[in-house]
Amino acid sequence: MVDFKLTQEQEMARKMFQQFAEEEIKPLVRDMDEAEEFDFELLAKMHKYGLMGIPYPKEYGGQGGNVLTYALGMEEVSKIDPSVGITISVHTSLCCSCIYEYGSEEQKQTYLRPLIDGTKTGCFGLTEPNAGTDAGGVLTTAVKDGDEYVLNGQKVFITNSGFADTFVIFAMTDKSLGTKGMSAFILDKGMPGLEVSKNIPRMGIRASQNCEIAMMDVRVPADRLIAKEGMGYKIGMGALAGGRIGIGAQAVGIAQGAINETVKYVKERKQFGKTISKFQNTQFKLAEMQVKTDAARLMVWRAAVGKDNGEAYAPMAAACKLFASEVANEVTRLAVQLFGGYGYSREYPVEKLMRDAKITEIYEGTSEAMKMIVGGGMLK
Amino acid sequence: MKIIVCVKQVPDTSGKVAVNPDGTLNRASMQAIVNPDDMNAVEAALKLKDETGCRVIVVTMGPPPAMGMLRELMAMGADEGVLVSAREFGGSDTYATSQILSAAIKKLGIEDDDIIMCGRQAIDGDTAQVGPQIAEKLGLPQITYAADIKKEGETITVKRMLEDGYMTIKVKTPCLLTCIKELNAPRYMSVRGIFDCMDKPLETYTYETLKDDPLIDLATIGLKGSPTNIFKSFTPPAKGAGMMLEGDDRDTCDKLAGLLSAKHII
Repeated sequence: MVDFKLTQEQEMARKMFQQFAEEEIKPLVRDMDEAEEFDFELLAKMHKYGLMGIPYPKEYGGQGGNVLTYALGMEEVSKIDPSVGITISVHTSLCCSCIYEYGSEEQKQTYLRPLIDGTKTGCFGLTEPNAGTDAGGVLTTAVKDGDEYVLNGQKVFITNSGFADTFVIFAMTDKSLGTKGMSAFILDKGMPGLEVSKNIPRMGIRASQNCEIAMMDVRVPADRLIAKEGMGYKIGMGALAGGRIGIGAQAVGIAQGAINETVKYVKERKQFGKTISKFQNTQFKLAEMQVKTDAARLMVWRAAVGKDNGEAYAPMAAACKLFASEVANEVTRLAVQLFGGYGYSREYPVEKLMRDAKITEIYEGTSEAMKMIVGGGMLK
Repeated sequence: MKIIVCVKQVPDTSGKVAVNPDGTLNRASMQAIVNPDDMNAVEAALKLKDETGCRVIVVTMGPPPAMGMLRELMAMGADEGVLVSAREFGGSDTYATSQILSAAIKKLGIEDDDIIMCGRQAIDGDTAQVGPQIAEKLGLPQITYAADIKKEGETITVKRMLEDGYMTIKVKTPCLLTCIKELNAPRYMSVRGIFDCMDKPLETYTYETLKDDPLIDLATIGLKGSPTNIFKSFTPPAKGAGMMLEGDDRDTCDKLAGLLSAKHII
């Protein structure tokens, strides 16, 4: 162990993420949540300033950062709006990583470069109505026909699909092989037969675009198959393993964002002739909230550094996501409680953070699935 | 073509202003930021870089921690940084500062199509003197209060924002412009810029580097060479709360006239 200090670049990046979130995202948060729409000017600025390709090398047009820097970005952005966080996360950790980790050199140049140089936005299509935690239950099929594959099926809860240019889609090339018969393909918006529904109404992270996808005889050139037939499950699980660091960081951001709002509020709110910050209950609750959030952050950073260093990071990523998402839910609930009635109102941001927190225990692997990974690893 | 931008690290006066018992600013307790007008100068330079591909060099005089600020400006897109730093330069007022910065700019060299940009004034001293003094010492034409800058060849058209209106002036390079906040909205650092900036050149000019320049004379730099004497610093008394009257009817006007009359203003 050397020290816990961020590098100068990471400190600068954190400052930049904070500035961007405060000045560009904060003014839009409430309106985007109410309208259940993402602001496209904001998306363009996120691309322009490099928020959409942080941990990818410059040689492919990426920003040249690493996973820890990406986690810092996820936390800072999610403090202000977790919807923006998940938009970055699905693009970066899921869509881009499938192509970066498993794509051919030509696929990286053709499809990854525009995703990480600020040109295009990506999504990741694995989940189906009957394939959630049991991702092997994918029913979408891909049938080879000459030098094309023909895709048919349906996807659900696909974040970013409402405006994505590039879709990484998982489909069965051989159902008889189970998960070993799954393959991953790169699709483009507007391919004939590829239909995206409207945003699915949700409890939280409402500004992100999370839609259903229907594929009816979508003809995909064979050179858009990532790696080989049958590699899809491995590719998808690998992306999700890394993605959990981003979700852990998002959860830490949600918790810290709620704490920051609460600290401001309790110093202003007066009851019984004094600010509620003077009550020991407030101080004890805030201390619990902050200590747990700090612990979660350390777990996220540990997993991020693990991935940066090429360690076997998957169990660390699962553990940080499990813990951080539970902390985010507990902390935001306590934040609303300290605010009292105003916390429940939409006048203050903590009710939104509480709504947004819930999904972190569900997506990119439920808490139960995380326990399977951590517990399973312990009993090997 | 290159643009040299003079910047200053200042304490953030938008939060709490801390003052030492002797009346000087307690800089250690306040967050250091880039002087806001200087950020507009940097942005103006970077915009011209976007248009023309020119080189942008940021120059600051200050203690070594100011290097962090120069790195941030390079992460926004500036190509090079120069920190002017020496014990001999400490305590300089605007006269001495402009002597030193002028020498640093001469060291960088001024070519026919070069531009020097400064912020209008710094929020700690509020003098607005350093930019114009540098222009005088370098014998360059200067345009202050730039609210719009257009470059065509070696001619620059600048719209100056004055208290009672605008003035548009054309000037030939090389020249010095001082910039105001109305000129633009400074960009952020970009992630790519942050990971590139450590590879960009950042030089330090010490007393040794500049001492052969005739402007660098121990009698005209640093605390001893500064003609300014501060007699007293104080925090101005807080102004009373203002009053707003809303309405466009006669009653509101009468009320306003009554209030002004009661205070013997009219």
